[in-house]
Amino acid sequence: MIQNIPLSYVLIVSTLMFFIGIYGFLTRRNLITMLMSIELILNAVNINFVAFNRYLFPQAFEGHFFAMIVIAIAAAEAAVGIAIIINIYRNFRSIDVEQVDQMKF
Amino acid sequence: MFDQIVFFVIAAIILVFSVLTVTSRKILRAAVYLLFVLIATAVLYFMMNYNFLAAVQLTVYAGGIVVLIIFSILLTSHISEHAKMAPLKQSLLSALATIAGAMLTLMVILNFVFVPNTTPVAEQTVNDVGLALVSYQREGFALPFEVISILLLASLIGAIVVAKKEKLILPGKEEISENAENDSAQ
Repeated sequence: MIQNIPLSYVLIVSTLMFFIGIYGFLTRRNLITMLMSIELILNAVNINFVAFNRYLFPQAFEGHFFAMIVIAIAAAEAAVGIAIIINIYRNFRSIDVEQVDQMKF
Repeated sequence: MFDQIVFFVIAAIILVFSVLTVTSRKILRAAVYLLFVLIATAVLYFMMNYNFLAAVQLTVYAGGIVVLIIFSILLTSHISEHAKMAPLKQSLLSALATIAGAMLTLMVILNFVFVPNTTPVAEQTVNDVGLALVSYQREGFALPFEVISILLLASLIGAIVVAKKEKLILPGKEEISENAENDSAQ
């Protein structure tokens, strides 16, 4: 189903998604939305792995499994990150990065 | 022709909802937009014929992570609360930096000629995926599989330990739970 779509189209989509995620990471001031931006970035990287595997090495499995491993790591990262965020919320009553600066200096 | 139309629709959905995810002032809406992005990505995987990966994407990402994020949003902020963004100067600078980075990457991608491998290969079924995942032969992936299972176990324990309410034991006093202390502070 992808014969008529060049590889560079998929790469353009994933590149734009990656940089949108970085923009969100830089401009958001809420820890959970920053975590969501990281999910966007990881997802863009996954699309790259899968596209390269399908277009350039269709007989191999490397990109496919790398994408699966990235998904598993994203799940682990989200679980631990959200546990930390909830702990921060308990201690500071806020998850705004501007206010969580006790360990800054 | 049909697959091209599907691809462009999916690409448009991904890009529009990605932008909405990072710019929406309402956090819960941003999480739902993220869900749309992840589902559209799963459709992209289905188009590339990786059915198992698409199913994993739908269950783990769209089913697991987004639900976790929505729960934590409900635990930590009010529905009516509007998310704060960076000051205008910082936003503009970040936009400039990301646009410059995207331009650079796109220039490299568009100037490089990718030669797709068009040799016909046998369709990879879920059976093949499962066999490769636990095989310790040359083309197997048993080691990363085991590493990931150790990592998941570690993060499971880590999440429990971090999120657990610990009881404060002060010398000469009874056990005071953190909760009781917070209540008295309020």
